Amino acid sequence: MRNFIVEVIIENKPAARDPEGETIKKDLIIKGGYEHIKSVRTGKYLKILIEAKNRKEAEKTVFDMCNRLRIYNPVVHTYKINVKKGD
Amino acid sequence: MKIAVIQFPGSNCDYDVFHVLRNVLDLPAELVWHKFFKNSRYDAAILPGGFSYGDYLRAGAIASHSPAMDEIKKMAEEGKPILGICNGFQILIEAELLPGALLINNNLKFVCKWVALRCERSHTAFTSLIPEGKILHMPIAHKEGRYFNSKSGLKKLKEKNQIVLRYVDEKGKASLSANPNGSLDNIASICNEKGNVVGLMPHPERASERILSPYMSEDGLLMFKSMINFLRC
Repeated sequence: MRNFIVEVIIENKPAARDPEGETIKKDLIIKGGYEHIKSVRTGKYLKILIEAKNRKEAEKTVFDMCNRLRIYNPVVHTYKINVKKGD
Repeated sequence: MKIAVIQFPGSNCDYDVFHVLRNVLDLPAELVWHKFFKNSRYDAAILPGGFSYGDYLRAGAIASHSPAMDEIKKMAEEGKPILGICNGFQILIEAELLPGALLINNNLKFVCKWVALRCERSHTAFTSLIPEGKILHMPIAHKEGRYFNSKSGLKKLKEKNQIVLRYVDEKGKASLSANPNGSLDNIASICNEKGNVVGLMPHPERASERILSPYMSEDGLLMFKSMINFLRC
């Protein structure tokens, strides 16, 4: 068994406005001189340390957990899972 | 008739609901810790407002996995009345007893003020005494109350007549300026298809005594009286 770090990134679907991202872009980034930045979307980040046989098993466990425990709300969220090597 | 007011860690409107049921309406209500709630002992349940589990992950997300929610699901199937107020509404959404999502308000702020609402459906366990089109006044107090659903989800809600209350202006119009949080289609409250499970962001328990209302009204009390009416029918 090895340790893996699995990142889960949850963000709103494009149809759902993200007022926090809009405010960061409009009132901080654009006003700060970065006019070429077109969009900012905020989200939630979970960093999970997991023990598994291999990368595939680590990813599958977190994928199943996200769906079974409804870590994201499928009505409004999309999510991504990235597996990294653990310590 | 026995009504449960379910307490989760972080509930803070539980005693307000309990006060209205016990002292204003003289009903046999009980405060029940979420781990001990059993459907078979009660005729109705109310999930009060607050910040269950600190609103961690998403408001209502963790409480929706409480053992109480398995009992609440059985209760819903049996057709018993269930009301989710504010955080209670968020828990019902996260438990998939009601469809959609409740997102952070468009202005990113905690909004605490009295609003006008229009009753859109009288055929529910909590609005049977409220005529459709009637304007009600109740306070809201939340940061995550922007109702959202997909296009198809909204279409289904309308087809099944599941919208119970909308935010409106004093003339009863569901205008942009009357929408305090950016909710889709000015939705403040929805129900399941049968109408026995209702969730709403406004606080009827804070609008149930004339002395507490700037409008000298008891509009919130109508929701609890409707529940009694439903249970007696």
